Amino acid sequence: MDLATAAALGKFIGAGLAAIGSGAAAIGVGNVAGNFLAGALRNPSAAGSQTATLFIGLAFAEALGIFSFLVALLLMFAV
Amino acid sequence: MTTTTTTTEAAAEVAHETAKAGMPQLDFSTFPNQIFWLVVTLLVIYFVLSRIALPRIGGVLAQRAGAITSDLSAAEELKQKAIAAEKAYNDALVKARAEAAKIVAEAKTGIQQDLAVATAKADAEIAAKSAESEKAISEIRAGAVEAVKEVAQNTAKELVAALGGSDDAKAVAAAVSARLKG
Amino acid sequence: MKRKTDVAGEAQSEGGLAFHPLDQFQVQPLFGHGPIEWYTITNVTLWLALAAVAIIFVFVVGSSARKMIPTRLQSVGEVAYSFVHNMVEDVAGHDGAKYFPLIMTLFVFILFANMLGLLPGSFTPTTHIAVTAVLGFGVFLFVTLLGLYKHGLHFLGLFWMSDAPLVLRPIIAVIEVISYFVRPVSHSIRLAGNIMAGHAVMKVFAAFAPMILISGIGVLVTPVSILAITAIYALEVLVAFIQAYVFTILTCVYLKDALHPGH
Repeated sequence: MDLATAAALGKFIGAGLAAIGSGAAAIGVGNVAGNFLAGALRNPSAAGSQTATLFIGLAFAEALGIFSFLVALLLMFAV
Repeated sequence: MTTTTTTTEAAAEVAHETAKAGMPQLDFSTFPNQIFWLVVTLLVIYFVLSRIALPRIGGVLAQRAGAITSDLSAAEELKQKAIAAEKAYNDALVKARAEAAKIVAEAKTGIQQDLAVATAKADAEIAAKSAESEKAISEIRAGAVEAVKEVAQNTAKELVAALGGSDDAKAVAAAVSARLKG
Repeated sequence: MKRKTDVAGEAQSEGGLAFHPLDQFQVQPLFGHGPIEWYTITNVTLWLALAAVAIIFVFVVGSSARKMIPTRLQSVGEVAYSFVHNMVEDVAGHDGAKYFPLIMTLFVFILFANMLGLLPGSFTPTTHIAVTAVLGFGVFLFVTLLGLYKHGLHFLGLFWMSDAPLVLRPIIAVIEVISYFVRPVSHSIRLAGNIMAGHAVMKVFAAFAPMILISGIGVLVTPVSILAITAIYALEVLVAFIQAYVFTILTCVYLKDALHPGH
């Protein structure tokens, strides 16, 4: 196994590892949405005013998953 | 042997790919171009929106909101008017009813008074008539008794005379009277 | 265009699947093959211009009749207007309404660029870090300068939690400063990353779709990948809207911080 092959191998393994982060972000997004739903069902009258907060929370949780996706992309195509 | 060639080929392909493309997002030579056109586009959109589109849409929305509020207030006014009219109608109805009841009661009392007067008059008339007729009846009765008495005395005198008794008229009359009384 | 035919040729000659999920993001000159200078008319220019034309069509042509009872196109513009206007007023407060045209520009631009990018064969400007970074850092600079201009040094109170214990305040301040400067990075990468990820995933599934021409397993793979493309496409329509919404509402949140730094 020469150096170029090892580098290619490492890149793909690294990209695969980085993609785990997307799964973790999925857990986070599910958490946010699930807790929002639980709260909204307890107090439906307050739910409408909090949808903006929900989306902000979702966006923050998802952004971190996107970062790991970006790392994977960088490893695959840019390194 | 085959495996090594394929892996090297793959690696070579990857290297080739990276050299040729990489991530287009990280090709910094295209950045000035993208940024320039983006800024141009944003400026165009901003000026179109802020000078033409947004004031126009905002105006339409405000106009519609105004129309809706004025329509609503007009409707409210009409509703109040309708309520007032209904109230006036009900008041008038109640008043008319009271008036009618009053008139009926007045008429009733009037009729009753007339009726009482007429009844009293009739009663009085009837009483007078009955008194008169009673008087007539008692006169007739008295006349009849007298006549009976006379007839009896005469008959008795005649009977006495016929039987050959004395014709003492006075004694006969007294005896008849005594019998009639007895 | 030329590159795509190259790729197809390669795939056929090799007899395998061709995975080039990032080729769709290539910036190319529209005319000729010269180097890309800052003024070159490229596919980026084309799709930015199409977004601008679509926006002008909906918001200017659509509302030109100023009807009391709106036509469909006019009500689209009105719904977008009240949607963003309510967002600005709810999040940034009443004095944020002054910046409504700016925020509306961001929202409609991102929304239309995302949506037009979903047309098959199109180019999506918002997948490019260069574009979203200009948006994100533009918002960041605008908001920071606005805050400094409106409140002077008092604006720095944003980082100094006066209700935290005194010992913790410097640490919190450091964290706050870092998180403040990370804002534009996450703000721009979120948008580009989301849209890029969706497009790349669709392209990967699309690469599986011609499997039926290559091997027997394709009987199974091709329908599944076509179904997957359909599902991902529907998700991407949602994401295109949500990302525009999220970008806009975060801009409003940052604007609120600049207008009312005292939390």
